[in-house]
Amino acid sequence: MKSLMQTLARGTLAAALTACGIASALAADLKVGLSVSLSGPNSSLGVPYAKGMQAALAYKGEVEGRKIQLIVLDDGSDPTTAGRNARKLIEEDKVDLLMGTSGVPAAIAMAQVGKEAKTPMIGLTPILLDAAENPWVVTVAQPTQLMIDAVVERMKRNNVKTVGYIGFTDAWGDLVYNALMKAAPAAGIKVVSNERYARGDASVTGQVLKIVALRPDAVMTGGAGTPGALPFLALQERGYRGGVYGQHGLINPDFVRVVGAAGQNALMPTGPVIVAEQLPDGYPTKKIATDFRAVFQKVNNASTSDAFSAYSFDGWLVFADAASRAMKKAEPGTAEFRVALRDAIFSTREVVGTHGVYSFKPGNLYGVDERARVIVKLDNGQWKLAP
Amino acid sequence: MTWDVALILVTDGLANGAVYLLAGLGLVLIFSVTRVVFVPFGDLAAFAALSLAAFETGRVPPTIGLVAVLAALALATEIGSLLRRGEAARIPKALLTWGVLPAVPCVLAWLAARPGVPVAVHIAVAVLLVVPMAPLLARVVFQPIADASVLVLLIVSLALHFLLSGLGLLFFGPEGSRTTPLTSAMFTLGDGFTVSGQVVLMVGAAIVLSGLFFLVFERTVAGKALRATAVNRVGARLVGIRPVRTALLAYGCASLLAGLIGVLIAPVTTMYYDSGFIIGLKAFVAAIIGGLVSYPMTALGALAVGVVESFASFWSGALKDVIVFSLLIPVLMLRSFLAAHSEEEEDEVDQ
Repeated sequence: MKSLMQTLARGTLAAALTACGIASALAADLKVGLSVSLSGPNSSLGVPYAKGMQAALAYKGEVEGRKIQLIVLDDGSDPTTAGRNARKLIEEDKVDLLMGTSGVPAAIAMAQVGKEAKTPMIGLTPILLDAAENPWVVTVAQPTQLMIDAVVERMKRNNVKTVGYIGFTDAWGDLVYNALMKAAPAAGIKVVSNERYARGDASVTGQVLKIVALRPDAVMTGGAGTPGALPFLALQERGYRGGVYGQHGLINPDFVRVVGAAGQNALMPTGPVIVAEQLPDGYPTKKIATDFRAVFQKVNNASTSDAFSAYSFDGWLVFADAASRAMKKAEPGTAEFRVALRDAIFSTREVVGTHGVYSFKPGNLYGVDERARVIVKLDNGQWKLAP
Repeated sequence: MTWDVALILVTDGLANGAVYLLAGLGLVLIFSVTRVVFVPFGDLAAFAALSLAAFETGRVPPTIGLVAVLAALALATEIGSLLRRGEAARIPKALLTWGVLPAVPCVLAWLAARPGVPVAVHIAVAVLLVVPMAPLLARVVFQPIADASVLVLLIVSLALHFLLSGLGLLFFGPEGSRTTPLTSAMFTLGDGFTVSGQVVLMVGAAIVLSGLFFLVFERTVAGKALRATAVNRVGARLVGIRPVRTALLAYGCASLLAGLIGVLIAPVTTMYYDSGFIIGLKAFVAAIIGGLVSYPMTALGALAVGVVESFASFWSGALKDVIVFSLLIPVLMLRSFLAAHSEEEEDEVDQ
């Protein structure tokens, strides 16, 4: 009986020791916490984000011999849940870095938690925050102004003198309109209308009639996803002959499906990864974009045609680069490491990703330049590089 | 604004108005017979449109599963209530009505999802697939609480809408769909003004269907029974009309209307899982103009809503819906001035 007790006690002790051993081994790993919308209305973006992250993990699973552990939580497209997820990732899982998510409000909620808990975050959407007050967050998405500048440049090259605007009644419509108003006058282009419609509207005939009556040389649309197709369809129906321009919110297979023939020859800006195969060989992001396509195909057993999975991949590359430098200063899993990682992220120089070349500096959320955008043309349902 | 623009806006408004007209007729029909403001009406239209879109992309529409599950639920409810009342002998008949009948469109839809099936069949099946939905929902949800107050019925109906639109999101995803036009004809009228065949089809369908409605109510026994139930349920019962049966007939007709609306508007607007609600809401404005009882007034109201909406989108796109829903205020004020406030809450009838 006594021997049995002893065996049991020894066994328990051994088990406890092993558990401690595993725990300490885990603590030494780098930990990345991803909160993303795997369900809810944003899941059409959230699912590709998560798939891209799995591809990134397969592409680069360790930094300086340390394994990277990825923890994925679903935020159900809800900002409150995203904030709670961020807290859980930091407090329970002790992550070194936060990443996320598919909605801008939810990403802001995560960034606020990260700031409170002094944990760096790499956002995957254009987060609308004051960079000076949020020194813990950067984003790999392109700033709207950079993209719209490219559109305005293209309009100027196509001799557009007047442009009509039609966009959403929400923050996205405002963002695109403001960027357009900032870039167009400098290029000598006059914006002649500011028409708006709601995402759920069935028809924009009224707004489009007003624009057509003004006879602008081109029309700029500020919509996103499938509802973004509405102005294209209405303009075609009214027999509008000028050029129709879009922006990166429309680079989505569902948009292409709904817009059909009405989107023919529409021009819009996007990250170069969308047309990776068509880029000239010397293009800085071509090689990594091709690598990304290959690893994505291998991991997810499907090809990629969206921009979102590539953002995840880029965020991961930025993290891996910063982590390798931060590890020289502190041990992962500690508060010192998180500070070192933050500093390393903000001193990122020329990290080549699929969407662009990243260089972050304090006081700015964004890290990309002109190399992060190309203009593409919708040609028979395919995106074609418009050089 | 030039005459051209006004003409285009009126056409656009009439096309939308035609849709609200059909939806309004459905709402008034259900309300007058059962006192239920059937909020999920628009969801059924969206289900028809999205099922058709699913056929076009070569997928089996998930609506089939929904109808099958609803049929199973309705069958269980019916058998349960028959057993409780000790009328087990009527189970085979219930099996036929609630099990076999709704399964027919499911099987048809299953067959129609194969490649090479003509578009006309897809459209017919998409409409048929929606037809059993309202009666099944009514059997499961509304029939057990048929005696509740109008307010309770409205709240249940609203909850049902949220359930259905949630299922719509689950089935069809957050992105919208558009189907190929039923006709690509264009009619040129005079000086370069064109009307698309689809719009003509929508307005035509509204005229034909409201004509049919008129004939059914005026000339057939079933229509007269519906009217009788609407006027006075107790009286209708006394002359041998069974409210349960007329209610199901009303739900079936409304469901058919919803299905037709779905396939008519799917080619001209992008339909989302939640588009139905706003169509239902605008039809409700039309129905309120008709006082939720008058079909001709509802028809006029629907056309007014369509035209006002179209002009409002020209003047201010952002305030379009505000303007349309503001229509309710003067209408409600006028109605409350004109209405006679003699009777309190209507008598409640048990089944």
